[in-house]
Amino acid sequence: MTRLAVWGVLAILLVPFGLAAAPALSGTVVQSGVNTTAIMMFMVFVTATLGITYWASKRTRTASDFYTAGGGISGRKNGLAIAGDYMSAASFLGISGLVFASGYDGLIYSIGFLVGWPVIMFLIAEQIRNLGKYTFSDVTSYRFGQTQIRTMAAISSLVVVAFYLIAQMVGAGKLIQLLFGLDYWMAVVSVGVLMMTYVIFGGMTATTWVQIIKAVLLLSGATFMAVAALAAFNFSPEEMFRQAVEVSPKGDAIMGPGSLLNDPINAISLGLALMFGTAGLPHILMRFFTVPNAKEARKSVFYATGFIGYFYILTFIIGFAAIVLLAQNPQFFKPEALAADGTVLKDQLISGLAGGTNMVAINLAEAVGGNLFLGFISAVAFATILAVVAGLTLAGASAISHDLYANVIARGHSNEATEIRVSRIATLVLGLVAIGLGIAFESQNVAFMVGLAFAIAASANFPVLVASIFWGKMTTRGAMIGGFAGLVSAVGLTILSKAVWGDVLGFTAINEEGVAVPVGLIPLDNPAIISIPIAFFCIWFFSVFDKSERAKTDRAAYFAQRIRCETGIGAEGAANH
Amino acid sequence: MKQHTVDAITAHPRYQELIRARKRFAWSLTAAILSIYYGFIFVVAFWPDWLAVPVAEGWTMTVGIPVGILVISSAFILTGVYVARANGQFDRLTKEIQEDFE
Repeated sequence: MTRLAVWGVLAILLVPFGLAAAPALSGTVVQSGVNTTAIMMFMVFVTATLGITYWASKRTRTASDFYTAGGGISGRKNGLAIAGDYMSAASFLGISGLVFASGYDGLIYSIGFLVGWPVIMFLIAEQIRNLGKYTFSDVTSYRFGQTQIRTMAAISSLVVVAFYLIAQMVGAGKLIQLLFGLDYWMAVVSVGVLMMTYVIFGGMTATTWVQIIKAVLLLSGATFMAVAALAAFNFSPEEMFRQAVEVSPKGDAIMGPGSLLNDPINAISLGLALMFGTAGLPHILMRFFTVPNAKEARKSVFYATGFIGYFYILTFIIGFAAIVLLAQNPQFFKPEALAADGTVLKDQLISGLAGGTNMVAINLAEAVGGNLFLGFISAVAFATILAVVAGLTLAGASAISHDLYANVIARGHSNEATEIRVSRIATLVLGLVAIGLGIAFESQNVAFMVGLAFAIAASANFPVLVASIFWGKMTTRGAMIGGFAGLVSAVGLTILSKAVWGDVLGFTAINEEGVAVPVGLIPLDNPAIISIPIAFFCIWFFSVFDKSERAKTDRAAYFAQRIRCETGIGAEGAANH
Repeated sequence: MKQHTVDAITAHPRYQELIRARKRFAWSLTAAILSIYYGFIFVVAFWPDWLAVPVAEGWTMTVGIPVGILVISSAFILTGVYVARANGQFDRLTKEIQEDFE
C-alpha cells in the first residue's frame, strides 16, 4: 500500500510539471520560463526522497519510530539534520539578497540567527534530551500539572508552527513559480503533498533523511557558488569588496552598518527574538529526542553550529560577489533598468533586478555555473523548503497527537497505535490547512510572520523551558500564566506594530511630505524586548505567590527532575532495532 | 525514583561536584556569548562608524568584516569548548554517579 501511495504521489507531482512545460515550449514566457534542468534535478531528489520514505515506512512501527526515528540517530547526522531543518530558503535567498542590497547589514542579520545555538548548547540540548521523550512539552510539563502545561505548550507550538509554515508556503509558492514556471497554487500543492507524504509514511526517519540530504546539497551548492564567485576576483576578498563598492549605488555605505538597524531598541529587540527564539522553536527542539543520549545531543549542536555558521559566511560572500557579477549580466534585469548601450544603470542595480532581490543567489548560480548549475541550485531551493516544512509539520502533528490527544484528552491512557494514527491524521489536516492558507495568503504581506514565529518561541516557549529546567520554585500556575503572557504579548504587540497595523491592516498616517504611509500604534518592530521580560516576570510572580497544594508538589518534584536532567538516570533510551 | 534514592544522589559528593561545575561553566559560557553578541549589537546600534573604518590605510575592507566573522567563529568555538569539557569531566562524573546508583 505504501509503495502504491509513493508512486501515486510521484505521478500527481509529475502532472503539473508536464502541464506547465507545454505553454513554455510553445513560446509563452512564464517569468523565467520552465527550467527543464531544474525540474529533472528536482525529480531526482523527489524520487530519492520518496524511495527513502518507502524504506522508512517499513521501519516506522512504534510511536518512538514515528516521533524520534527510534532515538538512534548519531550526533553528527543529527547536526546535519538540524542544519537542514534550520537553514530555510528564506535565509539562503533572503540573506544573500539582503547582502546584495544592503551589504554589511545582511551579515548583522545572519549573526542573529546563529547566536541562539550556543545558548541551546549550554542550557537546553542535553537537559531536554535527558528529561523528554518526544516533544519539548514533555520537559516543560515534567513535574507540573500535565493538562494545563501541555495545553499551553501545544497551543504556543501550534501558533509558532502555523506562522512559520504559512511564511514558508507562500515563499515556496512564489519561488517555485519563478524557478520552475509552475502556477502558484500548483507549487503550493506540490510542496504540501510531498511534505505530507514524507511525514505520514516515513515519520521522523524520512524527515531526518530529507533534512540531511538537503543540508548536504545546500552546503555543497553554496560552497561551489562562493568559490566560483571568489575565483572571479582571484580569490581576493579585498578585490571583491573594492569592486562591489564601485558598482553598488550605495557606495562604501555597504561596508558598514546601515539604515536597517539604526534604531537601537529595535536592533536589540530583534536580536533577543532571534537568539532566544531559536532555542524555543518546537521543530528544532524535537530533533534532540532523535539522538540516543546527552553526549550525542551536545555533539549535534556542535556540528549544527559549525554548519550553520559556515553557511552564513557563504551567503555573505555570495551576496557581495553578486553585486559585481550581476551588474555585468544585464539579462537578469528588467528592460527599464538598462541604459541605451544595454548596460545596467547604477541606480537600478537593486530595484531593477527581475524577480526582486530574493533572486540574487539564483541569478548568481547561472552567472558562475551556467544553466546546469542554475538547475541544481533551483532544485536545492525547492528541497530546502521541503525539508523545513516537513520538520515543522511533524512538530505540529506531535503537539496535537502526543500533547493534546495522548496526554490531555486521553489523560495518558491511549495506546500507541491510536496515538500514531492521530499523528498521521493531524499531519494530513495540518498539510491541508497549510496548503489552504498558503493559497489564501498568496498576495498578503507575510514578511512579519517568521519574525513573529521567532518572537513567540522566544517569549512563550523559551522562558517556560528554561525556568522548568533551572528554577525549582516554579509552579504549574506560574508556568501557565507566564507562558500565556508571553504568547499573548508577543502576538498583541506584533498586531500593533507597523508590519501588521500599517502594512497588513492598512492604517496610515500623513508624513511630513504629505504622503500617507503605513504606521504602527507602537514604534517597535519586534515585540521580544517587552514580551520576554513579561513572560519571565509572570513566571516569577505567579510562582512565588502560589500557595496552592499543587505548588508544593511542583516544588518538591524538582530534586528528582534535576537528578535525571543532570545525570540522565531514568532518561529515555534509544529503541532497539 | 524513590525519595531515598533522590536524597542519596542529591547528597552524593560526585553529584554535588557535577552540578556545581556544570552550573558555573554553562552559565559563564552563556554570559560569554551574550556579551559577545550584545556587545556587537550595541556597537552596531550606538557606534556604527567604528565598524565602517577600513582595516588599514588604503583598504576597502572595513573592521566590521573580521569582527563579524569573529562573532560567527566565537559561537562555534564556544560550543566546542563546552563539548570538550562535557565529554571529559562531566561525563566521567556522571558515569561515577550512575555506577553507584543504577
